[in-house]
Amino acid sequence: MTTTTLAVLVPLLPFLGAAAGLLLGRSAPGFVRPLAVLPTLAALVLAVLVMARQGGGRAVDAVTELTPTGSVPVELALHIDGFAALVAVLVGTVATCVQIYSTGYLRDDPRYASYAALVSLFTSAMFLVVYSGDLMVLLVGWEVMGICSYFLVGHYWETPEARAASLKAFLVTKLGDVPFLIGLLALATEAGSFRITEILGAVAGGSVGHPTVIALLLLAGVAGKSAQFPLHTWLPDAMAGPTPVSALIHAATMVAAGVYFVARLLPLFEASRAAMVVLAVMAAVTMVGSALAALAQDDIKRVLAYSTIGQLGYMTGALATGDRGAAVFHLLSHGAFKALLFLAAGVIIHAAGTNSLAAMSRMRGLRDRVPDAFWTMTVALLALAAIPPFSGFFSKESVLGAAEHVATGHTGHAPAAAGWTVLVAALITALLTAAYATRLWLLAFRGTGAEAPDHGRQPVAMNAVLWVLAVPSLALGGLTFRLLPDWFDDNDLTPALTTSVLGTGVALVGGIVTYAAWRHTTALADRTPLGAVAAHPEGDAALVEAEVIASHRPAYGNLASAPDPSDPGRLLLGPVHRHAAAGFHLDAVYSALFVRPVLAGASLVRFLDREVVDTYVRAAGALPRLLGAAVRRAQTGNVQTYVSALLAGTVVLAVAAVLVATGA
Amino acid sequence: MHLAYPAVLSALLFCTGLYGVLARRNAILVLMSVELMLNAVNLNLVAFDVWLSKAAEETLHSGQALTLFTIAVAAAEIGIGLAIVLAVHRNRGTSDIDRLRDTAEGREPDGPDTDTLATGAAGEKAEATA
Amino acid sequence: MTLAAASHGFLSPTGVEIAFLLVGLVTFGAAVLTVTTRQLVHAALWLVVALGGLAVEYLLLTAEFIAWVQVLIYVGAVVVLLLFGLMLTRAPVGRSPDADSGNRWAALTVAAASAAALVWVVVDAFRATWIDLDGPAAGSTAVTGASLFQNWVLPFEALSVLLLAALVGAIVLSRRAKAERTAGPPAAGPPAAHGADKGGVR
Repeated sequence: MTTTTLAVLVPLLPFLGAAAGLLLGRSAPGFVRPLAVLPTLAALVLAVLVMARQGGGRAVDAVTELTPTGSVPVELALHIDGFAALVAVLVGTVATCVQIYSTGYLRDDPRYASYAALVSLFTSAMFLVVYSGDLMVLLVGWEVMGICSYFLVGHYWETPEARAASLKAFLVTKLGDVPFLIGLLALATEAGSFRITEILGAVAGGSVGHPTVIALLLLAGVAGKSAQFPLHTWLPDAMAGPTPVSALIHAATMVAAGVYFVARLLPLFEASRAAMVVLAVMAAVTMVGSALAALAQDDIKRVLAYSTIGQLGYMTGALATGDRGAAVFHLLSHGAFKALLFLAAGVIIHAAGTNSLAAMSRMRGLRDRVPDAFWTMTVALLALAAIPPFSGFFSKESVLGAAEHVATGHTGHAPAAAGWTVLVAALITALLTAAYATRLWLLAFRGTGAEAPDHGRQPVAMNAVLWVLAVPSLALGGLTFRLLPDWFDDNDLTPALTTSVLGTGVALVGGIVTYAAWRHTTALADRTPLGAVAAHPEGDAALVEAEVIASHRPAYGNLASAPDPSDPGRLLLGPVHRHAAAGFHLDAVYSALFVRPVLAGASLVRFLDREVVDTYVRAAGALPRLLGAAVRRAQTGNVQTYVSALLAGTVVLAVAAVLVATGA
Repeated sequence: MHLAYPAVLSALLFCTGLYGVLARRNAILVLMSVELMLNAVNLNLVAFDVWLSKAAEETLHSGQALTLFTIAVAAAEIGIGLAIVLAVHRNRGTSDIDRLRDTAEGREPDGPDTDTLATGAAGEKAEATA
Repeated sequence: MTLAAASHGFLSPTGVEIAFLLVGLVTFGAAVLTVTTRQLVHAALWLVVALGGLAVEYLLLTAEFIAWVQVLIYVGAVVVLLLFGLMLTRAPVGRSPDADSGNRWAALTVAAASAAALVWVVVDAFRATWIDLDGPAAGSTAVTGASLFQNWVLPFEALSVLLLAALVGAIVLSRRAKAERTAGPPAAGPPAAHGADKGGVR
């Protein structure tokens, strides 16, 4: 088989698996699990094959035009360069892990069939985005991911949080997709094609007229999809979905689509310095803000969600400095360790019966209950905190290095201001990242108090996947920068000494400070009992999680934070904690700026419709009714009246006839 | 004699009878008014017959013959009419025309016979569908 | 109007005309009283006057047979019949304030309008037409009888059938009501009373 055929099969197999799963889910439940896992696994194998054949060399391009589509042709095009091949392997790996993990996690879920089919469909869409060489086809995958995300986040639709979160995810990403679509059309009009290669050629030739406008429009869609400020608010709420979904969609793949898209079209963004500065500022705000928010969250998954936003900020920051190698490198390593973090968090939630860090910190021996999750999560948190030699260190170093390059004026790709912004923000975020990673680890695994409840052993499918993902979290970074530099535009990804020392230093400082704060506050934990535990030893993890999500607000008064004085984050953040826990009140701002005006407008329209428009309608009915009533009154039943009217008419007619006859 | 005299008298009598038909409440008074109208027509017929039999050599005397017929028909009419009025009076207890309003719009059926019931129901149905 | 027409267009009335006019006035006045009086029995009596006046008018028009028929049938039979009817329906003797219905003003308007229209048309058409009353009487019994039994025999016989039918019809109408009453007093009695009650209420 040629590389092209293999590459076509990669998105096609999960798609067929999804279709078959949806069709057979009811009639043949026994096939659902194989249909969920095997196509994804096959796609992973094929993606690895494609990567091996592509080999980091020249990009594979294949085009076929199904039918003429007006002025700008829409073609089924593949464009597989080193980035695409690597990202596809990441997507395949994470998707396969998630599918295997889900067989255990949603073991007894009645909606598992549709869930697995949607995950397959989602995987297929992500593959399409990764491999597509045509922006319209890419948009198809982009939007399919949006709708799959909506369905999967709303998997626990019995809980109001999940319903609200799914709607919010859909609406917010769509809010970005509208300018994204306009930007795509404008870009295609300027370049005369939807093909990425031709667009890049047009950009290189300078024939794209308004790069700033187009880049900013596209950035809106990227911000929506990749959860960048100010459209990031959907991601923390989307944690109301099942944990595997969070791992797949909201950590490793879907949010990576935006970054990946910018990486593909980076020359276009580089053509506009304004867009690069906007990107840099967006990345910086996102990084710092989300790291602060992560430090204040109580829900373990929300910590990870804000962490995802921050790490995506790193990627956009790398893009803002014009180094897409660093961005995709971080995307890969982050995809691996963030998927691991989420999946391990799912295990922990199941074992602890709660998603609240405050409740976990009051449990002794949770790590002995879930040793696999403990060890793998430790690895992943070290990777997240960028401690050498874990993979996160190398990728984050490459981002810091790229920013430092730009800041010191070594490259003309991006303005130095963008470089400085990204560099400073990245260092602050590195400190905060280490802080919240440490806090998460300490609260989850070093709890004191009552013995953690024994909910039995976790399913093998779930534990095995954790170890599979632990390998890249541990080793991917070190391998990549040595073995695969030619996949990343031949960029040198070797850590530089200055940034390595700086980054590791601030990370260590963050970790140590948090540890100290924890030592200081942990004594308080015994004095204030807190927490609610959902115990379903016989149920599967999804059941526990759904209950846990639904009970967090009643138990702690808030979806995001808990009134826990023993939280080191509370001590570290001080007065900022309250705002950080609420995501800096961005939701409230949106509510005031958009939701309430829209609601007011809706009630105005409702008023206009009910009181003004309907008045006309009702009057149109009432007037003939009134006239009819008036006419009906003539129907008195009195024969004399009738005859009077008849004769009066006769007289009038007769007089008229006489007048006409006599010519008067 | 001028033809206008009987013609005008006839017209006035006719309209007087018309007024009576339209304005009187008692059915028998209405019948009297009808008689007045018939007689006005009779006068007209006779007058024109006399005129035509002299002026136009009309030998059939159709006007007078018709007058006789009219008188006979009027007699029959008054007989039948009175019978009807008596029957109505017996059934309804009244012979006032403006109380016989079974065909009025939206009227509840109050008659004993099923006909009025049916028409009342039909009227209600028609109102409901309208 | 009649007076006005006569004084304007007819400046030299003959004796017959004067007599016709006077009798016509009486007839018209009696007719008006017939339709306006509040005493129902008086209305019947004024009707007698009006019909008798008309008989005189027939005589003046030389239609003697019609005149006598008028007297015989109308004054002798029809009015008596009407009086019977009044009494059988228990019409109040004396003044009844509600003899006229609420339709009175509409009726007056219609009647006045049609009177105006008719008089105008008739006067306009026939103001110059002259009836020659001299010579043999146009409506003597001989002439009428001859025409009736020469030219109008068939309609005359058909008329007898009509009268028979009317006779039978009147009897049937009366008898059916009587049969109902004898057949089921509980069935027919209460609804009648009910109807009367309703009428009384309304």
